[in-house]
Amino acid sequence: MKKFTTLTTQVVPLPIENVDTDQIIPARFLKATTREGFGENLFCDWRYDASGSPRPDFVLNNPIYSGKALVAGKNFGCGSSREHAAWALQDYGFDVVISSFFADIFKGNALNNGLLPIQLSDGFVQRIFLAAETDPQAQVTVDLEAQTVTIETTKEYESFEINPYKKSCLINGYDDIDFILNQRAAVEQFEQQKAVV
Amino acid sequence: MGKTLVEKIWDAHVVKRDEGYPDILYIDTHFIHEVTSPQAFDGLRKRGLPVFRPAQTIATADHNVPTLNQHLPIQETLSRYQVDMLTKNCAEFGVELYGLGHPFQGIVHVIGPELGITLPGATIVCGDSHTSTHGAFGAIAFGIGTSQVEQVLATQCLLQQPPKTMRITVDGMLGPGVSAKDIILYIIAKISAAGGTGYFIEYAGSTIRSLSMESRMTICNMSIEMGARGGLIAPDETTFEYIKGREFAPKGAGWDKALAQWNTLYSDSDAVFDAELTFDAADIEPMITYGTNPGMGIGISQFVPSTNSQELSERPSYQKALNYMGIEDDSALLGKEIDYVFIGSCTNSRMEDLRAVADFVKGRQKAPNVIAWIVPGSKQIEQQAIAEGLDQVFEAAGFQLREPGCSACLGMNEDKIPAGKYCVSTSNRNFEGRQGPNSRTFLASPLTAAAAAITGRITDVRSLLTENTYA
Repeated sequence: MKKFTTLTTQVVPLPIENVDTDQIIPARFLKATTREGFGENLFCDWRYDASGSPRPDFVLNNPIYSGKALVAGKNFGCGSSREHAAWALQDYGFDVVISSFFADIFKGNALNNGLLPIQLSDGFVQRIFLAAETDPQAQVTVDLEAQTVTIETTKEYESFEINPYKKSCLINGYDDIDFILNQRAAVEQFEQQKAVV
Repeated sequence: MGKTLVEKIWDAHVVKRDEGYPDILYIDTHFIHEVTSPQAFDGLRKRGLPVFRPAQTIATADHNVPTLNQHLPIQETLSRYQVDMLTKNCAEFGVELYGLGHPFQGIVHVIGPELGITLPGATIVCGDSHTSTHGAFGAIAFGIGTSQVEQVLATQCLLQQPPKTMRITVDGMLGPGVSAKDIILYIIAKISAAGGTGYFIEYAGSTIRSLSMESRMTICNMSIEMGARGGLIAPDETTFEYIKGREFAPKGAGWDKALAQWNTLYSDSDAVFDAELTFDAADIEPMITYGTNPGMGIGISQFVPSTNSQELSERPSYQKALNYMGIEDDSALLGKEIDYVFIGSCTNSRMEDLRAVADFVKGRQKAPNVIAWIVPGSKQIEQQAIAEGLDQVFEAAGFQLREPGCSACLGMNEDKIPAGKYCVSTSNRNFEGRQGPNSRTFLASPLTAAAAAITGRITDVRSLLTENTYA
């Protein structure tokens, strides 16, 4: 899995609430059998019109915004469990998604792929939106070790929570399978006890 | 202090709990389908791992299959490739597959219960968010991503934080024309599309107790639509009666042993939930959604809420949803013309749903402006519907009975709602483009959907109910 430590980047603001995984990657693009290439169709129906032309009012088509952090409204990633949503965001070039609230399955999928979901207060997310609106070049710094996000133009910062186990996985690039395989004896013992009951 | 049902099942499946780490949770039953499994099998190949417990994984093809002419090769190349890939992966790794043409094929959350694979007290996962459906049997069942599908294939375990628990109690008698779908759409409208996030929800109360297993599955199915990790209902005689005698259900002495254990599956009277909500069944009328998430629902006789009644920060998203739907705020939905009716999906494609629709449409005719599809949840349901003559009732009413699959629920296979068209759908999601690019979805119960098909407009089904009609 991809490692994550710190990142300083411009942000891509998407101040929409309840962004569901069908918007992130519509189902008709889930026919692929590998993890690569989904970035091309990230937010496809918001990015392109029916004829395939870019919609100029959508943020990914606005050349003044770029960067490795997507900042979105609350309840990001709700709906379908498709991990393709996390793959698409990562394949497009995002390493971080910031929101005031994440749906559970999306959050887990992101963490399992080294895409860092950061939950901040609604007030702080609004300040990032404001900073990006004021100056599209405005940068944020994400420090996973310190668990902080700092708006570089104003030096305002906020701490975020992350499960310590998941944090160490991200910093070291480990995944859950390595962890459970290491506990194989305990799993087999559990199965034997269960069979006896 | 007593335990909640979720805690009882969870604790019985913890292989190892270490301070500072998630629990290693043992998974009894794993369902897979063609869309979210290929990358997981690929992962196993890259790591050189077998499937650890192949007998505990069951596969079917549902998301990507056509619902007409299933005896012919799948026409769409990528869909065919994905379904073929599932067949190859299952053969290579020794996983049982109920693929196209198999008498057990169907929507993964329909066939598990129907075959007696879904059992009380079990931990059940699948790479699909509607896995919460299986919670209707008193199981811990939840949707997972593909990396976790790979974990379960490789280890039969998942790393999971213990969930928070919520109890939602619904008491009282349902009114005529009000069904399980209306109950769950009502609850989601009350607590929002994010209101259950982080929780496992136990549904309780006299209304829930009085429901059939099929209705209970409809309720648990949509737990994820309020963000919950899962939803479940304590098993009772209704549950045991449903399971008994099914293909893979325990039999003989195994049944007696299982039943003794299942009878311990309830929340203790002194158990404490992290959150508790109570609703009165008498307040629930037939429900319909007007927006682009399942929390945007109203009673059929109500008006679409005004933009000004929304929180200031939420108004842009709210207005975006109404614009997409082509709906004015402060307006009634009743009487709005529609184009399609879809009766199907893991939410509402079971015999009870098909029978209710057949009873209602018998002797009636669909409106000429409407295309009405009925897609059974499984091959067994399709066969049963034909055996009961429902196919003829549907045909006479102008409804098309198709073959089993996820169909128009998710705009992935050939069954899509065209851009700009309105569909009254018994499925679970009304997201933008969910049923096809720029399609517009009204979620409702099978009866409300059937009523809309007959009149060609959004209709209060209660105005069409007669004494003999199913209600």
